[in-house]
Amino acid sequence: MRLLLTRLAALLPVLFGVCFLSFALLSLIPGDPVTALLGLEADPAAAAALRAKYALDQPFLLRFIVWLGNVLTGDFGRSIQTGRLVLDMVATALVPTLELGLCALLISLVIAIPAGVISASRRNSLADFGASLVALFGLSLPSFWLAILLVLFLSIRLSLFPASGYVPFLDDPVEALRHIALPALTLGVAMAAATMRMTRAAMLEALGADYIRTARAKGLPWRRVVWKHALRNALIPVVTLVGLQLGQLMGGVVVTETVFAWPGIGKLTVDAIFARDYPVVQGAILAAAVLFVLINLATDMIYAVLDPRMRGTP
Amino acid sequence: MTRDGRSAIGLVLVVLLVLAAVAGPWLSPYAPDQADFLATLAPPSWSHLLGTDDLGRDVLTRILVGARVSLLVGVASVGGALLAGVPVGLAAGYFGGTVDMVLMRCMDILLAFPGILLALGITAVLGASLANTILAIAVINFPTLARVARGQALLVRRLDYVKAKRALGFDNGTILLRCVLPNILSPVLVQASLLLASSIITESYLSFLGLGVQPPAPTWGNMLRDAISFLDQATWLAWFPGAAIFLTVLGFNLFGDGLRDRLDPRG
Repeated sequence: MRLLLTRLAALLPVLFGVCFLSFALLSLIPGDPVTALLGLEADPAAAAALRAKYALDQPFLLRFIVWLGNVLTGDFGRSIQTGRLVLDMVATALVPTLELGLCALLISLVIAIPAGVISASRRNSLADFGASLVALFGLSLPSFWLAILLVLFLSIRLSLFPASGYVPFLDDPVEALRHIALPALTLGVAMAAATMRMTRAAMLEALGADYIRTARAKGLPWRRVVWKHALRNALIPVVTLVGLQLGQLMGGVVVTETVFAWPGIGKLTVDAIFARDYPVVQGAILAAAVLFVLINLATDMIYAVLDPRMRGTP
Repeated sequence: MTRDGRSAIGLVLVVLLVLAAVAGPWLSPYAPDQADFLATLAPPSWSHLLGTDDLGRDVLTRILVGARVSLLVGVASVGGALLAGVPVGLAAGYFGGTVDMVLMRCMDILLAFPGILLALGITAVLGASLANTILAIAVINFPTLARVARGQALLVRRLDYVKAKRALGFDNGTILLRCVLPNILSPVLVQASLLLASSIITESYLSFLGLGVQPPAPTWGNMLRDAISFLDQATWLAWFPGAAIFLTVLGFNLFGDGLRDRLDPRG
């Protein structure tokens, strides 16, 4: 509990800083969202009324304080483009992004952890070399190129999966899985490559430890030594990396969601930036920052569970 | 394959990129924006080795010119990140206390901000251009280098010869420049070499989304964006720019890995 509270206290200034930075950046973007909405020939009185409605005629600091105060009471404002509540738009977009992130995570763990374990336990073998090479290729592969190639082969040529679109899981699970397959694979491959390398490095370190030597001297089967004893300790840094990857998911989904027209928070943010829809951009960035902070917090908590030595560390 | 073998391959790929960027466009008989409406979406042939695009422009020439953009953005943005990040990390690690806390909280804020969105925001504010792309990528990279520099400075400042310099009355500036900085450079440069790869990918993301270097200047990212519309007719438009990005990033990753292994005393 003390660890949780300490971490939360340290993260609040970061959240505030992110809010301020995003607000400042958006205020500096040239172009007037009211002009973008009403056009250059708009009635000046109507434009002035719209600016007053969204407080765009107020000084920057005042606008920020008002916005922050509203956010703390759950009011993220309304989209300048659509008039919809920003909170609704962000909450709606968050669901597909979280689905995509979790599927990508599942794919990456299913690939990376066994590959990393086998690679480390058969060091310098052909399997090790092959797995390391594939991981390096995965790290170097631009995700949007992989997305385009997956669309080309699996969607256009083989018609196995649709190239774009989203189906909520509860509406039709089978179609939902078909639609999420390509974007999740795109994200998952990049995550898997980094996770596999970390798993391999952590396993090599664990397999070199004295307790492993003892376990082998006691005559335990190699498979048991690797999967039961070494892997457990090797998972600690892997958990940290996976947490970091999830926290940075927002960066990865922006391009993937754009390529696959996935209606997640990345696509919402990019579309809003181009439309100068400031309230939506601020809401989306805040949501991404909160997600990042919460995932990091969860990672720290899981870390403390896995490694008892971390429980007292502030 | 040995570590040295991998970093040699990485070095070869990097050198090929540099050669392609420097000399390539001069060797091509075509200009990058030279349209030929009689040869639109032509597949690879002897006259156009990597085919042509929807305006009949030679894909190979555009990839070679794109290599210049990628190399320039990668080197300049990482250089900028080093210039900003190393002093911040040095100050935070050496002085500690409030200086460390304030500087690292600022770095935490920048790191908590989704990188690609920060880069998008900066280019949206300043306008999409080569210089602003470089600035945006430098801004998202420098906190990482600041953290690495800080970590190393924290270790070095505790060493005996640094304490001796302080006891002898040397000022902090001299100690930082002559004692601490030279000893933190190796891990910082290793990280910088790895950031080169991610900078090139980020530039291609920005171009792909339309907020990087603007057409008609060819970049690998905007070439891939244009390729999506012709995926079923002209797959080479997707293959070759993507392969160029992949091989470039692979080269820098292999080279950076080799550099890290060589400079890591535990390696």
